[in-house]
Amino acid sequence: MIPLFVVIPLGLAFLIPLVSKCKEGFARACAVAGGFFLVCVSVASVYWIKTGAVTYAVGEWKAPFGICMELDALSVLILLVINIIGFLALVYSAEYIKKRYTSPGLYYTLFCLLLAGLNGVAISGDLFNMFVFLEITSIASYALVAFGAEAEELEASFKYMVLGSIASALILFAIGILLAKVSTLNMADIARQLMRQGPADSTVLYCVALFTMGFALKAGLVPFHTWLADAHPAAPAPVSAMLSGVVIKTLGIYQLVRVIFNIIGFSQAMSFIFVWLGIISMVAGVLLAIGQWDFKRLLAYHSISQIGYVVFGIGLGTPLGIIGGLFHLFNHSLFKSLLFLNAGAVEFATGTRRLEKVEGLSKEMPVTSVTSLIASLSIAGIPPLCGFWSKLIIIIAAFQVQHFFGAIVCLAVSMVTLASFLKVQKYAFARKAQNPVMGIKEVPFSMKVSMVSLAILCVGVGLFFPVIINAVIKPAADVLLAGREYISWVLGVK
Amino acid sequence: MSLYILCTILFAIGLYCLLVKKNLVKKIIGLGIMEYAINLFFILAGYRSAAEAPILDRELTITNFVDPLPQALILTSIVIGLAVTALMVAIAVRLYEKYRTFDINEIRRLRG
Amino acid sequence: MKQQQGMSLIVKRITKITVSLIFLFGMYIVLHGHLTPGGGFAGGVIIALSFIHLVLAFGKEIALQRLRETFFSVIESLGGLMFLGIALLGLSGGYFFLNVLPKGEPFTLFSSGIIVLCNIAIFLKVSAGLFSIFIALAIIRMPMDDAKEQSR
Repeated sequence: MIPLFVVIPLGLAFLIPLVSKCKEGFARACAVAGGFFLVCVSVASVYWIKTGAVTYAVGEWKAPFGICMELDALSVLILLVINIIGFLALVYSAEYIKKRYTSPGLYYTLFCLLLAGLNGVAISGDLFNMFVFLEITSIASYALVAFGAEAEELEASFKYMVLGSIASALILFAIGILLAKVSTLNMADIARQLMRQGPADSTVLYCVALFTMGFALKAGLVPFHTWLADAHPAAPAPVSAMLSGVVIKTLGIYQLVRVIFNIIGFSQAMSFIFVWLGIISMVAGVLLAIGQWDFKRLLAYHSISQIGYVVFGIGLGTPLGIIGGLFHLFNHSLFKSLLFLNAGAVEFATGTRRLEKVEGLSKEMPVTSVTSLIASLSIAGIPPLCGFWSKLIIIIAAFQVQHFFGAIVCLAVSMVTLASFLKVQKYAFARKAQNPVMGIKEVPFSMKVSMVSLAILCVGVGLFFPVIINAVIKPAADVLLAGREYISWVLGVK
Repeated sequence: MSLYILCTILFAIGLYCLLVKKNLVKKIIGLGIMEYAINLFFILAGYRSAAEAPILDRELTITNFVDPLPQALILTSIVIGLAVTALMVAIAVRLYEKYRTFDINEIRRLRG
Repeated sequence: MKQQQGMSLIVKRITKITVSLIFLFGMYIVLHGHLTPGGGFAGGVIIALSFIHLVLAFGKEIALQRLRETFFSVIESLGGLMFLGIALLGLSGGYFFLNVLPKGEPFTLFSSGIIVLCNIAIFLKVSAGLFSIFIALAIIRMPMDDAKEQSR
């Protein structure tokens, strides 16, 4: 069952260019049906994987020698995020892409390729295979950012491509060094060989440095964040939702924690680096966001800040901190995608993203207005919405390890986030129209459906957060806490 | 050890070119240098002195051959590099159409 | 002044002879991928180069009348689907990408099961993809060209 996660989107990506020439609607139906099926498979795998890992030997070549696919609770969490957001973004795309862009066939092809790459990253148990899927995802996202082919989009895409290629090169270099050291590429086997060779020497440290830089570039953490604020606003809205909600987490955070926790081994020094990267990202992201007037650009800077929370939580290294970080990752993907879809809806209806130009939309666009209110309160951490609980867990975890500075920064950043989103609500939706523009209509049905479902998910996760934590987050955190027990799950022996 | 240092130096040259040069085409060339530094590293890491090429033949019996895994990986990485370079060139050409220049200093409509 | 399409007569004449040879060599590389160095990617690149050779020698307008871009994108998708189909064929034996076909005798042309088929699929994908990239870069009309034509 595991290869299905890659086979379905990849097959669709090859099939769609064949059929989209004659029937555009068929391409859309294919993509949405495939997305729905993937959601079903990932929800099923939540029940399937509780502890340990299931491996799948591609071509019956057994684990240390062949390429193996590997599914554990952490992968399941990431797959769940990818496929839910991917499916809703595809539903949203149906009307959005038809009205605003030419060649929808190409768009669905690239989107399916993006999904295939992301799913592949999540299920891969082989370091080089993971790199290949990472590059598939990156190339698809470079092309999607440039999809509008206007001057700004091309420029943003070029910038993204330069920094993304540097990140990929750093990661590949690190993989090469590990390969030269232990002569294997299977992640569990690398961990076993490194454990046999005793404590980390200078080559392994060099490797860790390269991996951290590469994945932090992919995740957009603060010293490496410059591409993010250009690339995410330039893409079409559903793609922005994917990029901000899923791609930076899968390519950045997931791979980083997988490599650091399960392969190389988490240490006090890594904890220090993670925590400070997180704190700097939180503060810098929110400070850059507060002066923005471009709706999507503001959201992109908030993504940097929220990713800071995730890294901070995971970097604390305590069980509660990791649960908080992963829960915030899950929640952030929900509300940030919703906000990007809202921004897309505002742009769709009014033709501009500048907050000072749009005004008083709450009357004309009630659905967009209400869903964006829910998402804004959620990102700012207002109870009982989902963002509140994950931030609360992170802050409690920070107090537990006596990291008071971090906890206070978390609280302060949360306040500033609230202020920033009140500005959005006030300007875009709540204030009365001075000179009302005629002809602003609510967005079409398919866009409404996906926004409303994301809003329902935000509220639902907030209300039933213990269920979600027990079902999905806790097992995923256990994978990280188990550290190198991962070896015995995948290889079967110690 | 010299392998690590030399490849890192070549990598750094490519990185410098990619980050500092103002011309889009030179940036793409810098990316190429960076990728080839890594490819060189993989190949040299798989090298063993006084070993044969890893090709099986009916007549020969080869006992000591070079590790073929890095070579296979590098083929994949070259293909990926090809795709990225092609996409970059395409976008550079489109940027030239829009701005009539390859100079990165004049291509700055995005700010903030 | 009306510019003649493509390069000189000598180049065109020689190209007509060599292109088929290049194509043949590419096919050889593809079909012997499991025996000698090479394979789907290398052979695919050589075959794409033979098409590119045609475009360079005869000028893009004339060559592109014969070689349609949509045709190549269809071939590319078919190559991808074929590769995926071969991989799924392995599921009949229980594993994704399992080599289900009979392996045959080593060092002969018909051996090694699905690897030959995989090479052919990769060849379709790579040759069509590379040529599509070339066409896509070639048909973009650079502003420089306009300026030259105006000054002429």
